[in-house]
Formats: sequence, structure tokens, C-alpha cells
Amino acid sequence: MAIIAETKELTKSFGNTIAVDKLSFSIEEGDIYGFLGENGAGKSTTIRMLLGLIYPTSGTAYIKGQLFNNSKRHLLQHVGAIIERPDMYGYLSGWDNLRMFAAMSFKNIPKSRLEEVLEIVGLTGREKDKVKAYSQGMKQRLGIAIALVHSPDLLILDEPTNGLAPQGIVEMRNLILHLSRDHGKTILLSSHLLHEIEQIASKILIIHRGKKMVEGPAEQLLDPNETLVEVQMEPDDNIARMIKATQWHGSLTGSGPAHLTFKMHPGKIPGLNKWLVENGAKVIDLHSKHSLEAYFLSLTNDSATPHRTV
Amino acid sequence: MIALLRIELYKIFHRPRTYISFGIVAAIALVIQLAMLADGKNFIGFALQGVSEQFDIKGNVLNGYLITYLILQTLLIHIPLLVALVAGDALAGEASIGTLRLLLTKPITRPGLVLVKFTASVVYAMLLLIWLAIIALGLSVLLFGTGDMINLKSDAFVMLLKDDVLWRYFAAFAFAGIAMMCVAALALLLSVFADNSIGPIIGTMGIIIVLTIFSTLQLPIFDAISPYLFTTHMIGWKGFFDAPVPYDAITHSAIVLLVYTILFVATTIIVFNKKDIQS
Repeated sequence: MAIIAETKELTKSFGNTIAVDKLSFSIEEGDIYGFLGENGAGKSTTIRMLLGLIYPTSGTAYIKGQLFNNSKRHLLQHVGAIIERPDMYGYLSGWDNLRMFAAMSFKNIPKSRLEEVLEIVGLTGREKDKVKAYSQGMKQRLGIAIALVHSPDLLILDEPTNGLAPQGIVEMRNLILHLSRDHGKTILLSSHLLHEIEQIASKILIIHRGKKMVEGPAEQLLDPNETLVEVQMEPDDNIARMIKATQWHGSLTGSGPAHLTFKMHPGKIPGLNKWLVENGAKVIDLHSKHSLEAYFLSLTNDSATPHRTV
Repeated sequence: MIALLRIELYKIFHRPRTYISFGIVAAIALVIQLAMLADGKNFIGFALQGVSEQFDIKGNVLNGYLITYLILQTLLIHIPLLVALVAGDALAGEASIGTLRLLLTKPITRPGLVLVKFTASVVYAMLLLIWLAIIALGLSVLLFGTGDMINLKSDAFVMLLKDDVLWRYFAAFAFAGIAMMCVAALALLLSVFADNSIGPIIGTMGIIIVLTIFSTLQLPIFDAISPYLFTTHMIGWKGFFDAPVPYDAITHSAIVLLVYTILFVATTIIVFNKKDIQS
């Protein structure tokens, strides 16, 4: 697969604060590339560097294999983007906004293409309304239409579900999938919500405090065989000691008098539960999450975390 | 560039507040014209009090040309403010409503965007001046007719013959165009530093008011810097109503204004080109 966009050691500092730290990743044609990180992790800064809105302190970005910088802004013809909020000219109609931004791509875009993208995002019939009368969801859709209208190779959607109602979030997710499957778009989708990314991304990159923490194909990162099991019980030193002589020891990833954590296949959880009860553990809580979720939560809970690549 | 300029103008002229400027100009001009219709003779009698003792003044003194001059004097500060309303909003306004980042995700160069914003602001300023010419000059001539024009100065008065006035107004409006171009460039420069348009608009007016005080206060300390201030040269249009017309001084003023304009626009381009867009 051809690489559509790439960064190499991309770094941005604001004074003494390093917002993005030597971040390297590549987006291949056809990917829905999930870009995940808590608020303030450096996602938007990275995206802005990729679009030439912010200049990197060091490192490079590439679009379609060509080095992208301020003198090569023509490369943005290959990119469509909405960044954070879909802000447009409220005093103009949706159609006027779309038409104006289409003209800025310097491609000869026929009226039928404008109508087509409005159809894709589900705004047909509302295009003559003033944008200030649009709901947040409609603005997001218009933002995507603007990003799509010049038929870019890469669509960058930065937090596209921000401010949307639950129904709007579902519709947005379906729209992104539709753009990927039926229109062959390569999409960089940024979010601070794992469940939003994991449902549609083909690859996932997690950053934390500007650094890459984990990257890889979604099916591997979301491996169902890699379930994290957390057990809370009344304090009992014997359980942790006893477990060392059992089959469960190989799955044990952490222990203490009142808690145990395991990484295992979910099918083994009932057996573990049975062993704990039979050996006198007074279990208060036992729950499982897939490893990426646990990993992401550990990041957002600000605990120490390893860096891994799948 | 032409496509971008068309878009900029479309945005400016589809925004309701743009027309407030045209309304303000018309309102001020109309108020002065109505006041002169009602009480113009007393005003002229008072203004020519000292002169009429030594000269026998006959004919239509209260004519459209004189009224236009009075209107232009009154609007000396207002027109730059109205120009700053649009030029100061050009970049800061986009940053404020969040469209600047969307604009810059398009394959437009930053210097190109600045030049287009500047050109659109200048087009707006020129249209405002044309509107002023229509309302002030056109309507005044319609209401008061034409005649020889008396230009009352603090230490003298200039009598211009009826047939020798109209071209002076066209020249004065053209000069005002250069001055307003300079104001637009200053407002645009301040616009690049701000994320909302209030700052650049107030900043532009503040600078113009303060520098105008420096330009007009005849104190030795200001005399030294006054020739270098663009505000000193903004009133160069008045030279066209002198006899003889001080062409050298007017040309000098126009060049100073153009140099300032180039300086302001070039600085805007340099700053904007280096700026991280975080709005």
C-alpha cells in the first residue's frame, strides 16, 4: 500500500513545553488511522503540523511522499480536513460556504460535485439555509463536505464527534465508515475516546504527552486473547503466595495483598474465579477489559506506562 | 488570486455590518446637509464675519462644493475608523470565528492570503469613498447647486472659481484613497497579532488619534517627528483646495503614505508567514 502521509521525528515545543516529541508514523492508502490520546496529548498539534498550520520545531512531514513545508502548500490539494470545531461563515448559506472553500482548492469543481458531497453527508435540502441555523451535527457534516469536495486522497478528521449528541455520534461513525468503504478514502481520525476509535479504525496510534506510546493494526491491539483481569479482594497475603504454584502464575501481571491483575484469554476467567473462591479469597470485584482499553485508561489515569509497538 | 479576491469580496459584501459603514457615512452627510438647509445662511454669515467686512461677497456662497468640504472635514476621523472595521477584521476576525485554520488547510500561500485580504480591504475602502463622493458631493450639488467655493483656513481664505472646483474633488478623493490604503494596511498589520477584531480596530484608531495629535499640536518636540508620521500626510488632500495647488507637497505626502503602506503590508506578510495558527 502506498503511503499517503508520514511524519518523521516530528517535534513541537512551545517555550519549555514539548507538545509533540519526535513523533513518527505513516498512514497508508485505505487506512482509517485512529489517532488516540487524552485531551492535551498533542493530537491537534500534530495534525496542525501535518497541515502546515503550525511549524515543527524539528522533524518532517510528508504528503504523498513529498516533503511538506510552507513552500509546498500545493500538496494540500491532496488533503481535506476539519480541525476541532467545524467553524464556518454563519451569515452565509451552507451552499455558499461549500462553494467558496471548493474554489480555494484551485481545482475545477463542477456544481454536480458540490451536490454529490452534500448528498454523501446528508445535507441535501438544507444547503440554502444559513449556517448559523445549523445544528452542531449539521455543521460537522458540512465540514466534512468541505473537506471532501475537492476529492482529496487523505481526509483528516480531528475530534469529529465533539459536541454531538449520541445519535449524531453514531451517524458520524457511519459516515466515516461509508467514506472509507464506499468512497475509498484514507482517513486520519483523531479522538480522545477509545471506543470511538476502536469501532472503526484499521490502525491505531496512541500518544501521551506528545510521545508515541503504541501503534499497530487495530485487530492486534484489540486482540481478544489479551484481556486484562483485575481482581479486588479483602487483604490476604496468602493468595498471592499460593498462586505462584499454580497455572495462573504465568498470567499474573501484578499483585498485592488486596489486588491481583492478570492478562489472559477471557475463556479462562471463570476458572480463575473458581480457584480464588475455592482457596479462600474474599473477592470484592472481578472485572475484565481488553488490554488496549486498560492501557489507555492507565495513560489517562496518569500512571507509568511502557512504550510498545505491535 | 482573482478567485480568492472574489471570495473575499463576496464575504465582505454579504456581511450585514459592512453596510452599516455605508449607512453611517450617509447619515453624517445627510445630517450636515439638512442642518445647512435649515440654518446654513447663519452659519455662513458667522464663518465669513471677518471676511465680509473687507470683501464684498456675492453669489451662491452656500453651495454644494462648500458643503462637501465641510462634510469631508467632519469625516476625517470616521472614514479611517470605518476602513479599520473591515481591515482590522480581515485576519483577526477569521481567527476569532475559527475559519482561519480552515482557510489555511487549503492550498493557499500565506503571503497570497494577506495580499488578497489587503486588496479586498482596499476595494471596500475605495467603494466607501465613492459612496462618500456620491452622497457628499453629488447630493450636496443637487441640494445646494454649484458656485465659487470659499475655502476658509485659519489664517487665510481661498476663493476657487466654480469651474475650477470639481477636478479638485476628484483629485482629493483619489488622494484619500491612498490615505485609506495606508489605514487598511495598518489595521491588517494589527489584525495579524490578534485573535479577535476588537483589538486591531481600536488599536488602529488609537494609533491614528495619537499620531494625529502629534501631527497637529504645534509643539517643538512634535515638530521634529511630525514630517515622518503618516497621519501628517493623510490630510494632504486639502492641498487640492489651495491656490496654487502645492503639487510637490502633495506628491511627497502620497509617496510617504505609499511607503508606509508597503512597510505595513510587508511586515504583515513576514509576521503571518511565521505565525503558528492555534486559534
